[in-house]
Amino acid sequence: MADITQGNTQGAQANRARTADENPVKRFFRATEIDTRLLGMVGALVIIWIGFQIMTGGLFLTPRNLWNLTVQTSSVAVMATGMVLIIVTRNIDLSVGSVLGFCGMVMGVMQVKFLPQYLGLEHPAIWIITLLSGIAVGAAIGALQGSIVAFLNVPAFIVTLGGLLVWRGATWFVTSGQTVAPMNTTFRLMGGGTEGSIGATASWIVGILACIAIVAAILNSRKQRKRFRFPLRPVWAEYFLAILGCILVLGAITVANSYYWPTNIARKYADANGIAWPEGGLQISHGIAIPVLVAIAVGIVMTFIATRLRFGRYVFALGGNPEAAELAGIKTRWVTVKIFTLMGILCAIAAAISTARLNAATNAQGELDELYTIAAAVIGGTSLAGGVGTIAGAMIGALVMQSLQSGMVLLGIDSPFQRIVVGVVLVVAVWLDTIYRARAK
Amino acid sequence: MKDQRTPLVEMKNISISFGGIHAVDNASVDLYPGEVVALLGHNGAGKSTLIKILSGAYKRDAGEILINGEAADINNPRDAKKYGIETIYQTLAVADNVDAAANLYLGRELRTPWGTLDDVAMEAKAREVMGRLNPNFQRFKEPVKALSGGQRQSVAIARAILFDARILIMDEPTAALGPQETAQVGDLIKQLKREGIGIFLISHDIHDVFDLADRVSVMKNGQVVGQARTEDVTKDEVLGMIIMGKVPPKAIPGPGAMQVA
Repeated sequence: MADITQGNTQGAQANRARTADENPVKRFFRATEIDTRLLGMVGALVIIWIGFQIMTGGLFLTPRNLWNLTVQTSSVAVMATGMVLIIVTRNIDLSVGSVLGFCGMVMGVMQVKFLPQYLGLEHPAIWIITLLSGIAVGAAIGALQGSIVAFLNVPAFIVTLGGLLVWRGATWFVTSGQTVAPMNTTFRLMGGGTEGSIGATASWIVGILACIAIVAAILNSRKQRKRFRFPLRPVWAEYFLAILGCILVLGAITVANSYYWPTNIARKYADANGIAWPEGGLQISHGIAIPVLVAIAVGIVMTFIATRLRFGRYVFALGGNPEAAELAGIKTRWVTVKIFTLMGILCAIAAAISTARLNAATNAQGELDELYTIAAAVIGGTSLAGGVGTIAGAMIGALVMQSLQSGMVLLGIDSPFQRIVVGVVLVVAVWLDTIYRARAK
Repeated sequence: MKDQRTPLVEMKNISISFGGIHAVDNASVDLYPGEVVALLGHNGAGKSTLIKILSGAYKRDAGEILINGEAADINNPRDAKKYGIETIYQTLAVADNVDAAANLYLGRELRTPWGTLDDVAMEAKAREVMGRLNPNFQRFKEPVKALSGGQRQSVAIARAILFDARILIMDEPTAALGPQETAQVGDLIKQLKREGIGIFLISHDIHDVFDLADRVSVMKNGQVVGQARTEDVTKDEVLGMIIMGKVPPKAIPGPGAMQVA
């Protein structure tokens, strides 16, 4: 590394000297401070997308498929953000699929059988009471499992393996195996679909707000660095990052807005609202789906928790060196309980998305989701050895997994073979990651 | 030769055992402000265990700890830090995967008025402290894992002195260091001593600490063999205490002293 040999010179000079003997690519990445690992993952995703686009003869990269892809990803993506923290602290949670199933069933019964008795069908408060009770149940389950891990010293693998069976069984007991349907109409918006999307105008507003946030974040970081006279990014790099961020956001919005309502739904809507049916059909944009917004919001909140709060700092320190964290005076057991509680809450949110999308709560809801969630986190660069992982990486990992599945469905590959491919991809991804880490040392 | 001031730390009749083995047996040591006390003994003599009781990592079975003459209640590392006791562990005890500033403030992070981590302020302070200890250190953005042994050592030391420690415990502070860095640590100890900080220096190698220490306490098999002012004894006599438990005439014998017939 350059700075070992030049460590004796003053910082500014060392920086200049270092810049001189780097090639332009290296200099570019250092100046922009882009995480090359994350970039590699995005690259892999792009390759998968282009590959499927060619193999399916242009069916993959359509607004409709991309829109569906994001909706299908959101449930696992939400859980993957929590799984990162679990794995970073050298734990594992095998119970997330079953907890999702149980929370989903509780929420199904709440909104279909329990609350309508007191509030009447389709009361506007049903969805929020349902969601909050689901979150409370998820948090309680997470806290229980976390406490067993932290205070009774039972390995997380065993506690959550037990949880996998317990909560799946408990799901069955809630209704003796009956499927609960249909869901409350407001609640169903969380599942996406034509109704559960925010439309073109609102999507553009979200996009513009996101762009403003990107620019504000870059300006703020520059201001902070100036305040303490830290090395600044070159101005061109700041511009590059701001423009790149805005292009990506607005591009995604354009795609979401180019997916129009299916003709029959649009026609019903036109009839109901007395709109004359125009020549060539009515084109109403879906815009961003609500579950995708939920997943993005969860991603932002979890990134904030992981990087900006003391709790997140403790999570990573605990994963890097549990003994050092303990000696530094961190209440490591409580941190573990909090992580599992958070995971339970995220399972409940994911359960809301997936029951709303299915318009039913079933016994089998979330089966195998634990594996997809863990795979998403691991593909997204979370190290099973602990201490390393990012929320954004895990969400991209979830998107990679879903892209593979979705592409294989479009290609007409049988579901058993899909599982084989997903399994192989997981192993290969971790192997590549091992090589990457060995070289990074 | 008895100091009339109140000792900064007095550990009295401390005992702890693990599964029937008396790791520390009825040991007493003390420390005055601005004094360096070397705690010597073979590997496994009980020095690190005794000192981990002071730093809150272990709970004692018996005995009492007085800080400034008052009984102190130390049950975990957080309690110890409240009394101004900072420890640099033999294993360094740094979180490898986060950067220097995060390690310096681990457990005591600076926060903004909104409750978020104030990383910029922490890094600024880290740059200031590290600049004093190790002016060549520039790698603030990298995880501690990427640093050399000496740089990691500077991080561990910086963490201990960052919070105005009154009592500093250094467990084999120079074990991982080259000669130049060892000399730097020696200078640092002298500087801290002038500031009135009391320092426990733990080592199994007498040559590392003899010139820095004001007093030595020697442990063997979990017991204190004896203590002496370094000006009253020779290195060979101290070696005799470490190896055979033989107490020289000018030293004060402890419970672990060899019984002279």
